[in-house]
Amino acid sequence: MPEKIHIHTEPVPPRVRPVGRLGIVDWREDCAGCHNCVKRSCIYGLWGDENETLHEERGYLDYIYQCKGCLICIQDCTKGVLTRVINPEYERLGDDYFTPEVIVTTWYQAETGHIPVSGAGYPGPHSGPGFDSMWTDMSEIVRPTRDGIHGREYISTSVDVGRKLDHLAFDGGRMTTTAPPLVEVPMPVIFESLPQRWHCGNLMPTVTRAAAAIGLFSVIRTGEIPAELSLEQDRVIPWLQSIEECADGEYSAAAMAMISDGPDVAQWQAKLKANNPDQIVAIRVPASPAVTERARELAGDGMEVIHLVFDSHGREDAPSAPRHVRDVLREVHTALVKDGTRDGVTISASGGIALAEHVTKAIVCGADLVAIDVPLGIALECRMCLDCEQGGICPITIEDTEPDYGKQRVINLMGAWHQQLIEMLGAMGIREVRRLRGETGRCMFFEDLEDDTFGRLFGKRKTEISV
Amino acid sequence: MASDTQNPVPNTVTQSGEDFLARPEYAEVSREVRPCPPRYRNEIGKYRVHRTSACTACGRCAEVCPYDVHVRAKEYQLPVRPYDYRCIGPDCAKTGHYCIDACPEKALSLSENPTFKTLGDYRWTGDMLAATWQMAETGHAPSPHLNCETGNTGGGFDKLRLRFPEKPPKDLRREDISTEVLLNHRGDYRPKLKIDVPWYGGGMSYGSTSTHVLIGRARTAKAWNTFTCTGEGGYLDRLIPYADHVITQVATGLFGVREETIQRAPIVEFKYAQGAKPGLGGHLLGGKNTPPVAAMREAVVGTSLFSPFPFHSVYSVEDHKKHLDWIEHVNPRALLSAKVSTPIDVDMVAVGSYYAGAHIIHLDGSYGGTGAAPNVAKKNIAMPIEYAINRVHQFLVDEGIRDKITVIASGGIRNPVDIAKAIAMGADAVVIGTAELVANACIRCGACESGRGCARGITTTDPELMEMISIQWATQRIVNLYNAWREMFVDLLYRLGVDGPTALRGRTDLLMHLDYES
Repeated sequence: MPEKIHIHTEPVPPRVRPVGRLGIVDWREDCAGCHNCVKRSCIYGLWGDENETLHEERGYLDYIYQCKGCLICIQDCTKGVLTRVINPEYERLGDDYFTPEVIVTTWYQAETGHIPVSGAGYPGPHSGPGFDSMWTDMSEIVRPTRDGIHGREYISTSVDVGRKLDHLAFDGGRMTTTAPPLVEVPMPVIFESLPQRWHCGNLMPTVTRAAAAIGLFSVIRTGEIPAELSLEQDRVIPWLQSIEECADGEYSAAAMAMISDGPDVAQWQAKLKANNPDQIVAIRVPASPAVTERARELAGDGMEVIHLVFDSHGREDAPSAPRHVRDVLREVHTALVKDGTRDGVTISASGGIALAEHVTKAIVCGADLVAIDVPLGIALECRMCLDCEQGGICPITIEDTEPDYGKQRVINLMGAWHQQLIEMLGAMGIREVRRLRGETGRCMFFEDLEDDTFGRLFGKRKTEISV
Repeated sequence: MASDTQNPVPNTVTQSGEDFLARPEYAEVSREVRPCPPRYRNEIGKYRVHRTSACTACGRCAEVCPYDVHVRAKEYQLPVRPYDYRCIGPDCAKTGHYCIDACPEKALSLSENPTFKTLGDYRWTGDMLAATWQMAETGHAPSPHLNCETGNTGGGFDKLRLRFPEKPPKDLRREDISTEVLLNHRGDYRPKLKIDVPWYGGGMSYGSTSTHVLIGRARTAKAWNTFTCTGEGGYLDRLIPYADHVITQVATGLFGVREETIQRAPIVEFKYAQGAKPGLGGHLLGGKNTPPVAAMREAVVGTSLFSPFPFHSVYSVEDHKKHLDWIEHVNPRALLSAKVSTPIDVDMVAVGSYYAGAHIIHLDGSYGGTGAAPNVAKKNIAMPIEYAINRVHQFLVDEGIRDKITVIASGGIRNPVDIAKAIAMGADAVVIGTAELVANACIRCGACESGRGCARGITTTDPELMEMISIQWATQRIVNLYNAWREMFVDLLYRLGVDGPTALRGRTDLLMHLDYES
């Protein structure tokens, strides 16, 4: 049996007080002092813990983060003086894409390495924009391993990055084709160049080494690559900024390199290949309404990797009504399939990947793999307040993150994502993630289901579906 | 707490099964509605009514309030703290019952309850939770200030509306409306089972849910001549007196599946998949695997118990038929049900189940479920039930076999209006689960799997936490809920102009969708 990826996770408690959703407001002046809440009601012991440790030197009070919101203390309070409220700090977390729920679940995964589990069914909206308007399929009787949870290690999550041949040629029984270089990554994720706000402290080497520990690659712009990192050992993808850099061979040790799209991209690639023919070169293409045509040209020209870049919310760069990565990927993938060039090129999608399920869904839409950035910062406890971008001080002093601590948080997050990817693949009855690429037949789109069901029954929609 | 002196069913499960089985009178149960107040001191309501020390105990508030917010017990001078969860809020000012204005001392004030605003979610809003609690307490429709008909999901049932004719048919009388549903449409030799209400209880396993709640559900099923289901955890001895109303579930782990549990079942349900975690196996966390649970499942105490996915013996419809044939040989009287989730080809799955010999195809939509499941599965895998029902119904119609199989829908059925919508979309009846737990004071905090289990004593096997709920209370709350639902459902049928769920089935002309023109 080939070696399978195993991501070693271990608990890494938060460094600073996390922001929980629920808080209990205590009206002390009416309190009967019965201690029902402290001594009896809370089955999680949180009030008791608070009572015992109130005067101890601690970084934070656990109960705000850990309160499960069971309401027992409130409903059993002798005088009815307790009230549950939504923590206003929680509601201020993130934005409308990286919502408080996304941030808190990312923290949980970075802390524990576990898949988030809860009871009582799904509490969320029926559907939503972007990836939330997709449901992946499942099979009633097919599972790749037919061995339940214990057979998951047989599901492959590795992908090959690079150019693939559509056929092999033989002459007299000997293969005459020279296979192009490929790089295998154990799960369909690479780490994107970190946003500028996280270029502080040891964050970049911390995150890069976490990626390398799992076997993943990290994109870093040349000029920003920390001296302590080895291009080869730390699996850095240098993002080269000039043709001179491509030519001088300084970055030829890297297994992969990245260059920005432009009119001379073929020349840049040729310079890199001249120094290291086995180096995989990714072309970084900003997503826009014209991206499909550009992708067709690049694939037709024999490029190895097209790295499509969206904004952090997964939108293309368009003056109005930008499309989500979901729709752009489907268009690009379909166009390349029609051209007969899809298998020759690797497509990675960067931007808008906030949750584990987005990895699966982006691949269903046509990507081979995805690149992530924002979730990495959140794993390091970032609250997405963006004070730093206004020149403010980071409330959690993220720059003080210890390398080993930060590395394990990121590994935990990837471990949890990997498990979730396997769960979704297993449910679909798909044994390897390579076969999921562009498999929209294993997915249900909101607009299709609406049309098939309610459109059939109730005719025309009053408004166009906007996803 | 509701007393049940006529029916002194033991409060706990400390007696052995044999002791209990020797007293058949314990299993007597009635569908009579009895007030069944909440079990917490401070029930959560939408509003708060505060009485200051300016109160002179004149009793005026207790006189004017028809909702029993203000109660002054006989021979007591002072009224008790307001039961403000019963208050209908500022709309009361339009009536002559407004205590705030009636109080001569201006000692009362009304405000929104801040805790209520934190209650609920998109699917089960605070209003819907509170309305369900009220139905479980009173046995009748909730107050109009609580919207128990729709949630805030922005799609599916919450965008569907029933289309009521301007006037119901003149010859239709409410008393002529029957809510019975026939479950065996195959016309074979097996019993023509009917249920008195168009719903039954979904599978909840021994191990996942408190024994008291499970017994309460079974007692209710008996009272209302419908069914509950064992789930995958085995068949409790204490359920044997209710055996005519208990479905034995056969799932992939085969926990607790024995010849006798098949033989005593009126319906045997094969669980191929479930909406909470479509395509994934079951997983009982080690903490819930207490000695009794382990004994029932013939497993080691404290270990996590996995049900693999899928059935290792089923690769095809023909294999599925072998499964059903096996049950038929063990218990020729049992109806056969196939519980499946909602993949893209759910319509083909339903047809396959019919040809394999199933009487019931049970579709469990992706957003439902009560048990702990990975969030990624609950949210993303398989389609919501609203899309699956009519897809299956129409496909079965096109295949000419719709009248030979019963279609059951579950996964997000929250109230009688959802039931009516599901049936109008094409289901024969529905299965419920969460609503029964909410009737038992579940607040859907989702922490079913944490530590010792449910903090509210519902989904736990912790002996101390289980004692939070007595069997009588659990039974009466669900009995009351069923009565309220039936009353509301009959009212809906009357307003729709149909005389029963069978007549409503597939009547999509009685539905409209807010996003569509017709």
